Amino acid sequence: MEDEAFTDISGKPISLDCQSHSSFCREFIISSPKVSMGKVMVYTCSVWLLAYAVFFFTQNTAVLSGAILVTLVGMMLHIHFVKVDHESLLVIGSLGIQVSSSYASGREITTFIEMSKIKDIVINEAIYMHQIIYYLCVLLKDPSEPDAVSSVVPLFQVRMSISQEPV
Amino acid sequence: MVLKIFFPQCCNRAESGLLVGRWISGHDSAVVLAVIHYPFIPGQVKQYIQQMQAQSGVELTVLGSWSLPKEGQESMESFLRDLSTIFPQQRWLQVSRQMGKMGFICEVVNRNQTALAPPILLTKKQNEEEEEKVIFVHYEQRKVMLSQLHPTESGDPDPNTEPSSELKQVFQTVARSQPLFFLDRYDDGPLKSTHWQSEGREASIIVELLKQASVPLCMLISWLLALWTWISVSSVSCRIFSLYPLRFLSSKLSTCVQISYRTEHMRTLSSPKPAAGHKQFMRKGNILVSFLVDVGLGILLMSWLYRDDHIATLANMLMPAADHVAKELEELLQWLMGAPAGLKMNRALDQVLGRFFLYHIHLWISYIHLMSPFIEGILWYGGLSVCLGLTFALSLLSDMVALLTFHIYCFYVYGARLYCLKIYGLSSLWRLFRGKKWNVLRQRVDSCSYDVDQLFIGTLLFTILLFLLPTTALYYLVFTLLRLVVVLFQGILHLSVDFINSFPLFAMGLRIFRPYRLAEGVKFQVLCDEPGTALHLLMEINPLKCSTVVQTYRTPTYSCYPRDSWAALVKKLFVGELIYPWRHKSTKAD
Repeated sequence: MEDEAFTDISGKPISLDCQSHSSFCREFIISSPKVSMGKVMVYTCSVWLLAYAVFFFTQNTAVLSGAILVTLVGMMLHIHFVKVDHESLLVIGSLGIQVSSSYASGREITTFIEMSKIKDIVINEAIYMHQIIYYLCVLLKDPSEPDAVSSVVPLFQVRMSISQEPV
Repeated sequence: MVLKIFFPQCCNRAESGLLVGRWISGHDSAVVLAVIHYPFIPGQVKQYIQQMQAQSGVELTVLGSWSLPKEGQESMESFLRDLSTIFPQQRWLQVSRQMGKMGFICEVVNRNQTALAPPILLTKKQNEEEEEKVIFVHYEQRKVMLSQLHPTESGDPDPNTEPSSELKQVFQTVARSQPLFFLDRYDDGPLKSTHWQSEGREASIIVELLKQASVPLCMLISWLLALWTWISVSSVSCRIFSLYPLRFLSSKLSTCVQISYRTEHMRTLSSPKPAAGHKQFMRKGNILVSFLVDVGLGILLMSWLYRDDHIATLANMLMPAADHVAKELEELLQWLMGAPAGLKMNRALDQVLGRFFLYHIHLWISYIHLMSPFIEGILWYGGLSVCLGLTFALSLLSDMVALLTFHIYCFYVYGARLYCLKIYGLSSLWRLFRGKKWNVLRQRVDSCSYDVDQLFIGTLLFTILLFLLPTTALYYLVFTLLRLVVVLFQGILHLSVDFINSFPLFAMGLRIFRPYRLAEGVKFQVLCDEPGTALHLLMEINPLKCSTVVQTYRTPTYSCYPRDSWAALVKKLFVGELIYPWRHKSTKAD
């Protein structure tokens, strides 16, 4: 619904989408840009040119097939484990919070945190290289000890921060 | 507060009736377990619910009414409201659904409030509560019933205390209400109910047969175990004079350790009582499956060994291999006796040590040649024991390697002792050189005045030992390296045995084929809702990660792990102490 121009800490553009399913149930989805074909072509061509140059000197065909294999496997691993397509935060009143990230290959990782385990949701700041970034995180507590914070869970793991004014 | 109703998916199309379930205390939620259809007699319903409560231990109540009017049936609004008077409850839920529409409509009728609050405020509150703030969470009943939420509580928790987590209570409620699911609407009883069984699910006849056969099998195994313990005990008692060496030997040989470990497992498996609790069940399953896989692999290996005369080829290979090793060792010693790597050795000591070790090798080879006609027979009968499992084959191999390289072990001990003596002598004489002495009482170095002749002899001995040091050090180095190679090989074998013993195959199989049985948590999905109806969520089970499965369900073994850290090991090597790098973790005091 609100689509201002947000960027993440590396400068890539991301978009934020808020849906309100009910008065106590809301979903926030942050999507990052898809894999660009230009980059894929550049990487593949450079790897293959290098392999061809090595083949030219050594005359060993195993280098070529090795390069093809490396490119394919590298691409598959990248879209399955590294490239995040979108992350979503579903807040259900009096039930809990669900955080899910889905990767470019379709794999989804979901975690649900119950209301009894949540102490608070805060914006925390951290020093990352030369800048200070602000990230949203959930403070968890053990239900038997309501005063102690047992762990801090950052939301939106793919280091996204909104560099302009958030909604 | 938002009211959460956990509604089973199998009841989405059930005919109108009464909702039976449980209110979860502490959280504002209710779990619907089944729907009892019209017509019914209220007295019989109450009796049935009390009976189910006694059998299952779950506090069942009638939660409210469910209406799904068929075409042509007029709505039974007034009839449904009258039902709430027959079953007096704190809160009465009236859930209704129209055919063709997805959303449910829920009205909550609160009793006992009319007397307390003033009427104006009351109507406003009731309107608000009736309009929104109800969540329907749809769950798949059979999967939730069979699933186990992790992390499970360790030990035996008191069944009366409720866990504070709402989801855990929901899972426990459904799991414990198994007696409620025995009768459904196709049975000829006074009450017809709908739950997951009404969807019609076939049970596997093989599983049922296995369950029936398991009790006599357990009795057979426990009888065999009793026989085995009687044999081993009686054989030990009749050789009571050699009790100590036998015990020592059996604790060193990995085959004996493996046998005792498997006997423990058989004892766990052979108890005819069903497993109490989830952890015991998984433990039994893991032990059984890994034992069967082990035996299967062993039989495969055995069939390979006995086919095509492989045993004869192995036996024929063994003799030349032992000869080859002996020849290599002899060549090594000849090299050491010359000028190894350009170093100049002390000739006399070199010759003595070299000749001593050469004679040792000669003795060893003669004994091996003496045994050579029996090798094939031994291998043949030893190969029969491989049918007990692949772990036995690996332990046997490790023991055989230990026996065959016994001479390397002896050389290492001789070299290490000599070197150790030399180092201690050198350090003590070095202290004399500087005019100091080791005080045994105070465990420290003190200064001491020596006589001239003491100093003279001490300096002489020190010089001799110092110049003999390179020779001894070289022999020690060579034999320590050989010993470390053998230890490494044995270590690899032990690690693989440990891996086969401890890997939870049953848990992994369950995670791959029935991922809903081992749950790490749940995940929610918002179902498309229509305006004016309550919010509908679908609750699915989030299965455990594979790494967590392995970590949680590893069978504890007598695993061998390094005794010393790297620094301590290097220090021991430097000083010349004998090293035993692997230490067996004993599970009970031997």
